[in-house]
Amino acid sequence: MSSSITAPSAAALKVPGFWRRALHHRSFVLGGVLTLLLLLAAAVSLVWTPWSPYDMDMANKLKPPMASHWLGTDTYGRDVASLLLVGARASILVGMIAVGIGLVVGTALGLLAAARRGWVEEAIMRLTDFSLAFPAILSAIMLTAVFGAGIVNAIIAIGIYNIPTFARITRASANAIWSREYVAAARACGKGSFAITMQHVLPNISAVLIVQITIRFAIAILAEAALSYLGLGTQPPQPSWGRMLSEAQTMMFQSPLLAVFPGMAIAFAVLGLNLLGDGLRDLLDPRLARAR
Amino acid sequence: MSQKTAVPPLLQVTDLVRHYALPREKLFGPPPTVKALNGVSFDVQAGKSVGIVGESGSGKSTIARLVMALDTPTSGTVSLEGRDLHTLPRAELRTARRDFQMVFQDPYGSLDPRQTVARIVAEPLEALAETSRAEQRERASEALAAVGLRTTDMDKYPHEFSGGQRQRIAIARALITRPKLIVADEPVSALDVSVQAQVLNLMQDLQQQFGISYLLISHDLAVVNHLCDDVCVVWKGKIVEQGPPAELFRHAQHPYTRTLLEAVPRTPTGGTLLPA
Amino acid sequence: MPLLQVKDLHIELQTQRGPAEAVRGIDFTLERGETLGIVGESGCGKSITVMSLMGLLPSTARVTGSIRFDGTELVGRAEKDMCQIRGNRIGMIFQEPMTALNPVHTIARQVGEPLRLHRGLSKADARKEVLALLERVGIPDAASRLDAYPHQFSGGQRQRIGIAMALACGPDLLIADEPTTALDVTIQKQILELIQSLVAERGMALILISHDLGVIAQTVSKMLVMYGGSVVESGPTEAVFARRAHPYTQGLFAARPAIGAPRGLRLATIKGSVPELVDLPKGCPFAGRCSYTVDACHTTRPPATMLPHDHAVRCIRLEEIATEVAAAP
Repeated sequence: MSSSITAPSAAALKVPGFWRRALHHRSFVLGGVLTLLLLLAAAVSLVWTPWSPYDMDMANKLKPPMASHWLGTDTYGRDVASLLLVGARASILVGMIAVGIGLVVGTALGLLAAARRGWVEEAIMRLTDFSLAFPAILSAIMLTAVFGAGIVNAIIAIGIYNIPTFARITRASANAIWSREYVAAARACGKGSFAITMQHVLPNISAVLIVQITIRFAIAILAEAALSYLGLGTQPPQPSWGRMLSEAQTMMFQSPLLAVFPGMAIAFAVLGLNLLGDGLRDLLDPRLARAR
Repeated sequence: MSQKTAVPPLLQVTDLVRHYALPREKLFGPPPTVKALNGVSFDVQAGKSVGIVGESGSGKSTIARLVMALDTPTSGTVSLEGRDLHTLPRAELRTARRDFQMVFQDPYGSLDPRQTVARIVAEPLEALAETSRAEQRERASEALAAVGLRTTDMDKYPHEFSGGQRQRIAIARALITRPKLIVADEPVSALDVSVQAQVLNLMQDLQQQFGISYLLISHDLAVVNHLCDDVCVVWKGKIVEQGPPAELFRHAQHPYTRTLLEAVPRTPTGGTLLPA
Repeated sequence: MPLLQVKDLHIELQTQRGPAEAVRGIDFTLERGETLGIVGESGCGKSITVMSLMGLLPSTARVTGSIRFDGTELVGRAEKDMCQIRGNRIGMIFQEPMTALNPVHTIARQVGEPLRLHRGLSKADARKEVLALLERVGIPDAASRLDAYPHQFSGGQRQRIGIAMALACGPDLLIADEPTTALDVTIQKQILELIQSLVAERGMALILISHDLGVIAQTVSKMLVMYGGSVVESGPTEAVFARRAHPYTQGLFAARPAIGAPRGLRLATIKGSVPELVDLPKGCPFAGRCSYTVDACHTTRPPATMLPHDHAVRCIRLEEIATEVAAAP
């Protein structure tokens, strides 16, 4: 049959029992649970937190976990649990928008490159090569240092880096689809490139994109944490896991837990998304999609 | 050879040449070229079928792509009902496609796995943008019935069907615009013998029912013999012999045709001893 | 003692809809130097059968019955013992010459691999052997192409290289699974002739799988016709071709278009299509599609009826079929 190197295929979604297989797949389930917890934390924080994350209570600073403060308090007496919940919001916001920018612009460029080929493809690919030549985190740091710190600039900096990544992956997968016979059949009907791209190419690369989104989301969370740690991302008083880590540094020997909790939060969020991506990649394998 | 009758042929291919440039091997000097087709000419009369026979690398698939205007020739013309397909403006070519459709070789690759059968079969109509969704569905149902599938199959996905059934869906897709010419590129090569027989019978029935002409590309002489009124044997981008199948297979003139015929493994009709 | 003796082989596979029997009790024997052909369509179990001989089934497959190769039982044998047999005493040629060779290794390395593994030859000695093998299988200019990669050869040449690899250690049994299906008909002829001469020269036994009756007719002396995991007809090729006792065999022959046949002839088809493994009928697998089906066909597995010349057929309505066929114009 067709090529033996298999990329995730959206056809697998149409095979019956996808959800049954999904719920039996360890990585998918574990990753799914962790990701859901992340989203839940952010969602819950919109309506309720144990304490307000902005309230300082110097009398109760640096307390260990106890009944009134489940995870303890930080240097300013703020409740750590509440800080974590609201900090989740920043991570998700950055993740979603930064990946969103990359997805929309990058995918459009990749689809264009695959559809037009020739010099258009060359130009777009050289541009992505050029962008990818810059180290990601350093570029983000440079951008925020130049244009000012803040969550908006952090999102833009991280987002810009996602564009070439999505562009390359989209173009590679789209090229594979363009050589399929059903695309030749669509051309034989007289369909134009745009119609073919939207009706045949995009649906069939959706699996690859879905997997990529989970991976880039995880990277975006890490990037946001790194920027906030350096003071270039989310600004006070807006809570952020990264900044919690940098603040905890000075208190390392007095209250080590202050670093552990945000560190664990970041680790689990990233782990969850990566496992989810792994699981999806397995489940969307076209070998399983070919039922006959 | 083509007979000049009073009625112009449905399809007229004249001196078709297709050369491809390969990526450069040396910095200076011309890049190497693949001479896929070196001047091929033949006619297809309305209501009759022509077979193109050859092995891999002979250029037969290139002929299919050029006739379907999926590729542009280096030189030569492809005329459908007198109109040169490769000089037509885009919009006119699109409407002209109503009259010629294609069936591909791979029943597993020629149907989009993410679309329902109804959508796949109606695609040629949808591309013409002249019919409503409801009408498209109606015509898809008709086309599926013509190939022996049921209306209940319309909302299923390709992976729910066997190879033979998928090929029928591909044929239904080719039929939906009621074309005059169907180009079939190895339509039964990927199918088992008994399934192949069913699809060949179907193609024969459709030919009689609707008066469709086939341009059948195949490496299998027996298949071509079954469906075609005229056969062209292609070798290294040229037609080396042409004629009605019965004639050609019994009195092959060209050495390549004879080599092809001899190579086909025969089953003994009598009780001859075989090597141990 | 026969080289290969398969008795009551049952193979159960895990499908999407649960476990299903892919091979339902087949028997055959093969002597040294004999050639056996297995003919059938997709899903009949022919490839699974030979994979079980090599121990190459998926880990979820369950095999029962007996496969005796030169006296040793292969069913249930440990993987490490099977590794001793594969490539050494049983060689296999695959269908797709494009994918059966590793694109990143030279052919000298690939063809030499079984030699280095099973015979313990040094690199230099293996290279000499490889050269001899490649010349025997007809690779032109073999000496200068030892360090070439698979993509630098044509499909037919790659299949020759695959044959060289299968033969490297001088196996007693050569299995060829549709070796020429992916090749042009002129190359097919050359490859089949090559296989035949090698088999005769080295006194190997051959199992050839094909869906093409013509290939079977020209290459093997005994044959099995498989459908739905069972052997429906078996015997000397000559006898089976002449007699065609089983309705499925008759259907297969009738369904082929023939060169030189008059135009406008409808091909006789077998009605319906091959059911999925889990849906195969309990009795005779061909029940329902067969035009001679009676109620008993659905429930009882037909026993093997012996016809002259060691020709076995599994059908309970043989006599009625024979009279009908004789009476037909």
